[in-house]
Amino acid sequence: MGTRLSAKSIQKLLSGRMGDRAAFLTGPRSQDLTVRLQQKEDLLAAVGALINDLGMGLAIIVATDERREADGDFKVRYIFEPASPLKGPLADLFVTLRVSLDPGNPRVPSITSLVPAANWHEREMRDMLGIDPEGHPDPRSLVLHDGWPPGLYPLRKDFDPKMRPEKLSAVEFPHLMIEGEGVMEIPVGPIHAGIIEPGHFRFSSVGETVLHLDARLFYAHRGLEKRAEGLPLDEAFYLAERLCGACSVANALAFSEAVEQIAGVTVPPRAQCLRTLALELERLYNHVGDIGAICAGVGYHWGTSAGARLKEELQRENERLTGNRFLRGMVFPGGVRYDFTAQQMAAVSTITATLGKQLEELMTSFSYNSSVMDRMDCTGTLSAQIAKDLGVTGVTARASGIDRDARRDHPHAGYAMPGAVLPQVVTKSSGDVQSRVKVRVAEAFESIRLLQLLAKKLPPGPFFLPLPEVLPPWRIGLSAVESPRGASIHWLRTDGNGCVDRYHVRSASYANWPAVPYAALNAIIPDFPLVNKSFELCYACCDR
Amino acid sequence: MLRNLIKGLRQGVVTTRYPAVRTDPPERFRGVPEPRTGCLFSDLPPASVCPTGAITRDGLSGVYTIDLARCIFCGRCADKARGGALRMNREFELSGRLRKDLLIQYSRDAQGRVAEIPLELVDQTTVVDRINTRIYNIFKDSLHLRHLDTGSCNACDWELNALLAPHYDIRRLCIDFVASPRHADGVIVTGCVTRNLELAARRTFEAIAEPRVVIAVGACACSGGVAGTSYASAGGAANILPIDVYIPGCPPRPEAILFGILLAIDRIEQKHHKSTTERSSP
Repeated sequence: MGTRLSAKSIQKLLSGRMGDRAAFLTGPRSQDLTVRLQQKEDLLAAVGALINDLGMGLAIIVATDERREADGDFKVRYIFEPASPLKGPLADLFVTLRVSLDPGNPRVPSITSLVPAANWHEREMRDMLGIDPEGHPDPRSLVLHDGWPPGLYPLRKDFDPKMRPEKLSAVEFPHLMIEGEGVMEIPVGPIHAGIIEPGHFRFSSVGETVLHLDARLFYAHRGLEKRAEGLPLDEAFYLAERLCGACSVANALAFSEAVEQIAGVTVPPRAQCLRTLALELERLYNHVGDIGAICAGVGYHWGTSAGARLKEELQRENERLTGNRFLRGMVFPGGVRYDFTAQQMAAVSTITATLGKQLEELMTSFSYNSSVMDRMDCTGTLSAQIAKDLGVTGVTARASGIDRDARRDHPHAGYAMPGAVLPQVVTKSSGDVQSRVKVRVAEAFESIRLLQLLAKKLPPGPFFLPLPEVLPPWRIGLSAVESPRGASIHWLRTDGNGCVDRYHVRSASYANWPAVPYAALNAIIPDFPLVNKSFELCYACCDR
Repeated sequence: MLRNLIKGLRQGVVTTRYPAVRTDPPERFRGVPEPRTGCLFSDLPPASVCPTGAITRDGLSGVYTIDLARCIFCGRCADKARGGALRMNREFELSGRLRKDLLIQYSRDAQGRVAEIPLELVDQTTVVDRINTRIYNIFKDSLHLRHLDTGSCNACDWELNALLAPHYDIRRLCIDFVASPRHADGVIVTGCVTRNLELAARRTFEAIAEPRVVIAVGACACSGGVAGTSYASAGGAANILPIDVYIPGCPPRPEAILFGILLAIDRIEQKHHKSTTERSSP
């Protein structure tokens, strides 16, 4: 694809294929396209056209229960974004394919065999809404674990949010295992040995080599999407900000931008820049901490301590700037809560400059240490093809040669302003642990550069714009924000009162987790913690 | 190796001396919401202002309660738009032994102003309490905890990790986090206890030899936090485990967690929730 995609060119292609069986609308954003398919049987053809002919990739799938509304149905929205060519920049565009399903017997053709990235999305909608993705290769539950009563779907509107169903007796979850002589089964988790989040890993191994890994997540599923339903948007905000600790700013911002789209409000330039500052501060402390964690993974304890020390310095600065070490309470729908004084901006400059020097020192000792470098080289390789098929995002994608960064491809906060300084997107091609570390280090320096530039010239003016008391009903907001883990995509719809009707999040970790078992293939078991740390994914914002 | 040693020496000591030396949190830090001096009871913001239901107003007795276990320290109730009767102080040593220790209650005085109802600290006269105190004295000189994430947003987990890092170095106080419940004297729980983790949480607790300490960290573990009680969340660790100390916060900063751990083993005194650090600006 030499030319950049546009809603117009996509509409032309699809209307050629679908004829009058598809209706075309603009939205959710002014540059986006929504395609209403009259027949769900056309879904595979439409998806095929987007994927194969236009090189698009899956962003998010949102299923909704609209049985109480005019249409009286279930709807599924498949949202795609430009993904090819591998070299950016790409058009900031989302294409929504919408199908309507029978309220009595909701079934839809599965697209997983065409788009492997749809796997978890489809299993999730089967669990949460009882929508059957017909022909899905994996019949197992995803979000709701053993003992959940069959036929009960939490995200249906008639499910009482206060209800706590009894746990039924259940057979053990059928993990996908390899059997044979000499094959060992190693269960790990959900409670791990370190201070980490919960998840279960089932290894099949021969000797030390991993033949297969089945990762079972969603232990941390807190039901936050259900909880958000019916809440006014400014209250639901606190759920969004607390989806995940490490990505607090990114999730708060993505939610806020979705709300602002619905309200039709543009936040003032100063607020935009302060939001960018918060985003980069979040990226920086996470990346620096992750580099330290990698040192722990290879047993280089001097580096672990040095990384933890640098991260702590940054988190203390976060607390000075916003009153919270995770920058919570900074971003809010309508702008930001705190303005930064000239003195504080100068402090950001000084601290990041010092940090840059110290990080450089750490990286020097790191790269001089051959036992460290050897452990990372060619370990946990994720090929570009698998990365592309699974739609991975963030550092993981860039380390496997995929040139995607939501800061450039779906500009948000200050990156969307005219004349904004955009980050230099760094990619590596080998997809191993070392590449992921190198990308992360380069991005940390890039964040320092951006922070220094932003700290120098912050546009004057207000930093908050109050939103209207009541928000328009039945509107959709869609946003993508580059979190430290990759693009976090938020989809939000208001109900008849302007409160939350449905809120759905595809966090970066949600997109990246399915790739971890592939990177672990043929690694040795003792290297798995290292491989896992190089992805550095959150469980919380994946499980929600 | 030698290069790193020299670098380390040049770096010097970064470790805090807390709790021996206490430094105030920064100016913007959001501690406990408290009424401004002399403010009118009728000016207190309505309960509906709190996104997690931490504020309640009893219509009959006229008691206004702020529940620190539910509070996510967002500062919404202290917003200027809410009339400014409440403000966030900078107190962070908020841990309490009982759930009721985390309730700050106010009533109306004769002039219609806000008056705090003093907190009654645990009366440790019952036999059971005396025995418990002796048990915790056993751990006084060495406490090994197992971390148990029951569905947190990972912020509390990161703060526990920070306690192991050079700035806090919790091991200098003979406290450590261990890999197995079999090696532990207790659990430090984060998260609201999700349905999918309830069994694992119970099993982890049961794997620890008695006597054992249970410490709840953060709003989710203390009360369910933003997750509340639902099909997926049990609404906090207290609903499945016997909690010895509650550490409020969203997340509590590392020193606040340290305070709570020391409180669990009687190495520090529980505080009344009176503000000790005044803000310089109004």
